[in-house]
Amino acid sequence: MKATLLKLTRSHLFWPCVTLVLLCLVNVHFNPGFFNIEIKDGHLYGSVIDILNRAAPLMLIAMGMTLVIATRGIDISVGATVAIAGAVAASLIGGSLVIKEGVQTYVSNTPMPLAFAAALFVALLCGLWNGLLVAGAGMQPIVATLILMVAGRGVAQLITEGQIVTVYYEPFFFIGNGFIFGIPVSLYIVAAVLGVLLLLTQRTALGLFIESVGINPVASRFSGISARALVFWVYAFCSVTAGIAALIITSNVKSADANNAGLLLELDAILAVALGGTSLAGGRFYLIGTLVGALIIQTLTYAIYSLGVPPEINMVVKAIVVFGVCIIQSPALRDLLLKHALRSGGPA
Amino acid sequence: MQRTRRTVISTIAAGLIAGTLAMPISASALTLGFAQVGAESEWRTANTGSIKDAAKAAGITLKFSDAQQKQENQIKAIRSFIAQKVDVIAFAPVVTTGWDTVLAEAKKAKIPVVLTDRSIETKDPSLYVTMIGSDFTEEGRNAAQWLLQNYKGQGDVNIVELQGTVGSAPAIERKKGFEEVIKSEPRFKITRSQTGDFTRAKGKEVMEAFLKTDKNIQVLFAHNDDMAIGAIQAIEAAGIKPGKDIIIVSIDAVKGAFEAMMAGKLNVSVECNPLLGPQLMEIVKDVKAGKQFPKRINTKEGIFPMETAAKEFPSRKY
Repeated sequence: MKATLLKLTRSHLFWPCVTLVLLCLVNVHFNPGFFNIEIKDGHLYGSVIDILNRAAPLMLIAMGMTLVIATRGIDISVGATVAIAGAVAASLIGGSLVIKEGVQTYVSNTPMPLAFAAALFVALLCGLWNGLLVAGAGMQPIVATLILMVAGRGVAQLITEGQIVTVYYEPFFFIGNGFIFGIPVSLYIVAAVLGVLLLLTQRTALGLFIESVGINPVASRFSGISARALVFWVYAFCSVTAGIAALIITSNVKSADANNAGLLLELDAILAVALGGTSLAGGRFYLIGTLVGALIIQTLTYAIYSLGVPPEINMVVKAIVVFGVCIIQSPALRDLLLKHALRSGGPA
Repeated sequence: MQRTRRTVISTIAAGLIAGTLAMPISASALTLGFAQVGAESEWRTANTGSIKDAAKAAGITLKFSDAQQKQENQIKAIRSFIAQKVDVIAFAPVVTTGWDTVLAEAKKAKIPVVLTDRSIETKDPSLYVTMIGSDFTEEGRNAAQWLLQNYKGQGDVNIVELQGTVGSAPAIERKKGFEEVIKSEPRFKITRSQTGDFTRAKGKEVMEAFLKTDKNIQVLFAHNDDMAIGAIQAIEAAGIKPGKDIIIVSIDAVKGAFEAMMAGKLNVSVECNPLLGPQLMEIVKDVKAGKQFPKRINTKEGIFPMETAAKEFPSRKY
């Protein structure tokens, strides 16, 4: 019994899950209907659905970030990439509100699939740029991606001409607001990306390659892994996840805001990866852990809204909880506490 | 690839040449350094447009900086304006406090400072010449007054509030003005209040959470239209009718708000006029000519209920 419990607590998913459950309990305490899910207009409706739907962009980016971090890298430009890709999508679709004899109709400027492809392509370009700097030029990842982080919002501003671009085209709203079989579309996208990643990293040697590059790039190169190409494409992939997230975010609010879309999302993504148990020093990575980490962040945000925390201290509350979570997840501290508990509880 | 690169380079080169050519012509004219908050809302976009157009029309050289809603960026911009020795500095302060040092530097360099649309808190009012802009407290009062006069239902009225950016003048003053007026009617109560950062995305996210935790909401008061537009999306997703089941009062009166009002989803928007470019340029010229100003110049503003939206819409500039 004790052995299984110990084994369970050793699992990398244990502490993130404990945290998530605790946060949910806090939510239930202040909002008894937290777990209620009703069916409204033919789709699921409730707090949990909101959290999942809201966390979707973060989950996507955090998955890309997990791979980057596993190679000992970091990508702080994802927020800017979101702004750029969102700006591209929104300005291409654009559309306008035409009022004809009192009836509002919507028209799009560019066919939607083309706009999507363009947005994802631009995101891919951002990633290739990052990959080139990190893998090609051998720059420190944080410096290399800092360039795009700083410049990216400017680029997005250029695309939107400094305006908030509102989209007036109904079909576009589907991926951020729509439902398939009552479940938000964004969750299918997350599931699809997760599925592909799990397949690639667990059924092929790719996952092992990524981990080995993160643990020791030189040794992996000597054992025949083309570490540079791998790192290059990992950055490219991370930016594409940001591009997909951008489509969801832009569609959700039906507009692209170059200044605010994806603002500080890179920090949330890194936090999600860290909360999920992946070490920022690279090596072993846990995709499912990352998803739990993203859910922890969104559940916390949600708790702050429903708790009635005064807006002035939102960030302080968040910081304290994150601090607490990190402390709980620190193995050194846990061992210390465990030892202490065993010693005092031992004789009895 | 090759061709696009060449185009980019030639565009940059063309820009540089155009820039150097333009310099000598405007050298004799007045130079205004303007540090804008950002482009967080349609209102701000209209404000930026008005200032840029008015500067061009008045023959004033405008150095424009976008702070992306960060005070440190605005301070940097003001410092660079001082270094460039512009004639007048104007800026819309992101937050109310923390300006004393940089404004003292401007004063030392003898560059007059004009505040636009938001005020600051300072012990030394000589740090700026005047403040031109909207009276946010009055806007809050107007919003509340409209609500008290037009709310038809009986019983307690629970109001949820979407505040603007924490610490910003419009958020503080609109809240103050609104609370001041509803205090006279005890059945009107603000039950929940949270920041939506003046953006659609946050407005929507916070409203979603409000709707799940609280089934008893009669009124939404949003500190700007964009948050209201985001919240409307959240209310619709909850299967509730915005504008009917939940009365929505917001401030700014931007185009998006008029569209929402015409669709019957927003009840009223109190105007906050962003088109203060022409007025600002007059002041810039007069400041340079050494005229005296009151510390506060208010812009003219109206109140637009849903019923007037369709009539007003074609004549709206923002």
